Amino acid sequence: MSQPFPFSAIVGQDEMKLAMILTAVDPSIGGVLVFGDRGTGKSTAVRALAALLPEITAVEGCPVNAAKPADCPDWAGITTTRTHSIPTPVVDLPLGASEDRVTGALDIERALVDGTKVFQPGLLARANRGYLYIDEVNLLEDHIVDLLLDVAQSGENVVEREGLSIRHAARFVLVGSGNPEEGELRPQLLDRFGLSVDVASTTDIAQRVEVLRRRDAYENDKSAFMVRWQAEDATIREQILAARVALRTLKPDDETLRDVAELCIALGSDGVRGELALLKAARAFAAYRDDTAISRDHIRAVAPLALRHRLRRDPLDDAGSGARVGRVVETVLG
Amino acid sequence: MAQPQAPHPAWTRAMLALHLVAIDPAGLGGIMLRARSGPARDAFLAALARYTRPAMKLHPDMADDALFGGLDLNATLVAGQLVQQAGLQAHDGPLILPMAERARPELAARLAAMMDKGREHPLIVLNEAATEDEGVPAALADRLAFHIDLDDVTLADIAPLDAPLPAPGALPRLGDGQIEQIAMLAEAFGVPSPRAGCLAMRAAAAHALLCGRPEVAGGDIEAAAALVLGPRATRLPGNTEEEPPPPPPDDPGSDEADQTSDQSGQIPDDMLIDAVIALLPEDMMARIASGKQRRATGSGSGDARTGNRRGRPVPPRKGRLGGASRLDLVATLRAAAPWQKARAAQRPDHHGLHIRPADIHLRRYEQKSDRLLIFVVDASGSAAMTRLAEAKGAVELMLAAAYARRDHVALVGFRGVGAEVLLAPTRSLVRTKRQLAALPGGGATPLATGLRMALDLARGARQRGMTPTLAVLTDGRANIALDGAPDRARAAQDAADMGRAVAASGTDALVVDMGNRPEPALKALAAIMNAHYFVLPRADARRISAAVASVMDG
Repeated sequence: MSQPFPFSAIVGQDEMKLAMILTAVDPSIGGVLVFGDRGTGKSTAVRALAALLPEITAVEGCPVNAAKPADCPDWAGITTTRTHSIPTPVVDLPLGASEDRVTGALDIERALVDGTKVFQPGLLARANRGYLYIDEVNLLEDHIVDLLLDVAQSGENVVEREGLSIRHAARFVLVGSGNPEEGELRPQLLDRFGLSVDVASTTDIAQRVEVLRRRDAYENDKSAFMVRWQAEDATIREQILAARVALRTLKPDDETLRDVAELCIALGSDGVRGELALLKAARAFAAYRDDTAISRDHIRAVAPLALRHRLRRDPLDDAGSGARVGRVVETVLG
Repeated sequence: MAQPQAPHPAWTRAMLALHLVAIDPAGLGGIMLRARSGPARDAFLAALARYTRPAMKLHPDMADDALFGGLDLNATLVAGQLVQQAGLQAHDGPLILPMAERARPELAARLAAMMDKGREHPLIVLNEAATEDEGVPAALADRLAFHIDLDDVTLADIAPLDAPLPAPGALPRLGDGQIEQIAMLAEAFGVPSPRAGCLAMRAAAAHALLCGRPEVAGGDIEAAAALVLGPRATRLPGNTEEEPPPPPPDDPGSDEADQTSDQSGQIPDDMLIDAVIALLPEDMMARIASGKQRRATGSGSGDARTGNRRGRPVPPRKGRLGGASRLDLVATLRAAAPWQKARAAQRPDHHGLHIRPADIHLRRYEQKSDRLLIFVVDASGSAAMTRLAEAKGAVELMLAAAYARRDHVALVGFRGVGAEVLLAPTRSLVRTKRQLAALPGGGATPLATGLRMALDLARGARQRGMTPTLAVLTDGRANIALDGAPDRARAAQDAADMGRAVAASGTDALVVDMGNRPEPALKALAAIMNAHYFVLPRADARRISAAVASVMDG
């Protein structure tokens, strides 16, 4: 996978791309859940996003990609103060990964060879300051899910066992994908994702032809294809960088806060997580669009993303939850 | 043995697929072969041996270490130093996954990820499922270009492969118009996954190379579409849906020699579709036309398999090895590891690991069985539609609340002279909504047949480690016997017999009498079945699900 498919070359799926861009602008939005049919480019988009994002500065050799030497965990024994640029980490969490691999555990090799008790960091450490991608998140074992929830919420991974007592920063954007026909996600986990996207295969022939055509061109000559899409990718990258700066100056006014709260109450979403996600997503969207204030248009655009997975499930309502959010947005925001 | 007559079309297709995969193993992924152990499968594997590299077999229960490499613990213990194993992933040749229907979704996901990273050699997946509701995990099936069914192929139908398989070569590229044709075909056959279209493109290019053509011709598109899109089709194009398709020619595989003399120019879309349909085998046409079942097998794998594992692992604990317990090797080593230096100092003569009995850790699982609630719904008579609608509502309500309780739900409907599984055991609300969109109703009441089907389902579920419960929703007495005869007395007798069978199987059950007046025969049947009996005239979805929940949680 030396050259992933370029992000800007993905045909359609605008909602999914927007959701990923928003989390790149403001990682504190808290993750994206992508549910939909097979072969719709879910994993392609995640890998493409990693290649698109600007590099981060990290201390050399630091297992948790810390930005400053002071942030390196002491158990890692990092003595250097040199930093280098690394691509934004995107770590795959495979199904069936053991708890040890996720949280980290005693390094058996070191223990066997020189009898020392050394912590071997897991996937959560590697994903710090980046993305943690779980394909088929709906099939993940329950106890791993619980563990992820815990860490994602606290931003810190704590390992207390085998005589080890280790903690390190684990702030990452959780990206999960899956096909709901094969089992759904527990509501507790659903709620923790900031944004959620339903993707579907397009039935538009022209779009499907374009998908095949670009794939064909990509497989035929990857380098030429990368060159072809370089400029588009660079534009998105610059927009994201500019939006991160703009984010600091964008403050929601009272009217926006009221709109957000009213929407969430009208939809009956539990807790304040929905409000926060909607507010942050609207702000990130405004920043990405280079607008100077958050308006109702921004809220309207991201409301389905931020709220559709927080509705109380009404199995007797046949309309998709996205449509339900749309209806309420219409009545509340006019 | 006498020279066999013309080989079976399915065999010809399998061989064509194998040739194409040999030409473009990285692009086409591999073949999913539905074949039980037998001469056809043996012959196929013998043909695979003609591939440039020898194949290795995987096992559906294999651990990550064996597949992806890692610490070789056995060797490490023996040698007293670290021994790494490479894992089968690194094998330079085709991989074969037998008994793929038993593969856990985790393994399927790992294999799928392995294929996404690009493997030089194909993956051959052998599906040995006995019934339709078992299937290969969809994540894997979706990435394999060819799905071939060899179940009906006998020894006489086989023409052994006597030449080596072709080597990979530079593939010709498809013209713009041809890419459009493939997209059009995918749409016409109702194949939503864009990945299938990509695979069909590669298959067409490989087919052209196989036929020695410098450019992709119309015949290549047809053959590729028949091989790649055909098995994935969910509908037949256009108006051919109603009338039975024309019988395919005897040798659909003859395209290997390819007599079709199409230039690479455009073929009208209708002709192209017809040509592809002509290449599809008859049974596949029938399955596509019936539509519903295909989808159930297509995506059911994930759910059935995650349903019950060996339970949630709980931390290993110190203990003594006995007959029933399993050693947790890693935990044991971990316990021993910090002491190695100290123990070695005590016993310098001993080489290798110092493991004391106190280090032994045992594996423990928390076994928690999933429950399966089987609704057996009377779809007969005038009130059938309302009853079915309410039952559907109840199913969806149960599923909506199912997370905490780990419940699966299935629905059996009975009417006229038979019963059918309207919803195979599932936990997915999305799938339920799709499959229960339209339900048939009306006719007589073959209660015994419905019970028998539900009992079969319950038995299957129990084999997979689930705990089934039957919920019978009806408003009348049985009036069709097991053999389909409209004989009230025998029907009642058969229903009572099936009721006894339910009781004997130890399956929990409840009978909901939804008629306007309680039916004494139903109460008697409930007593025979050892079942709870509820009278809920004109019950709605919420009341039904409340009654069911009270029994299941009681």
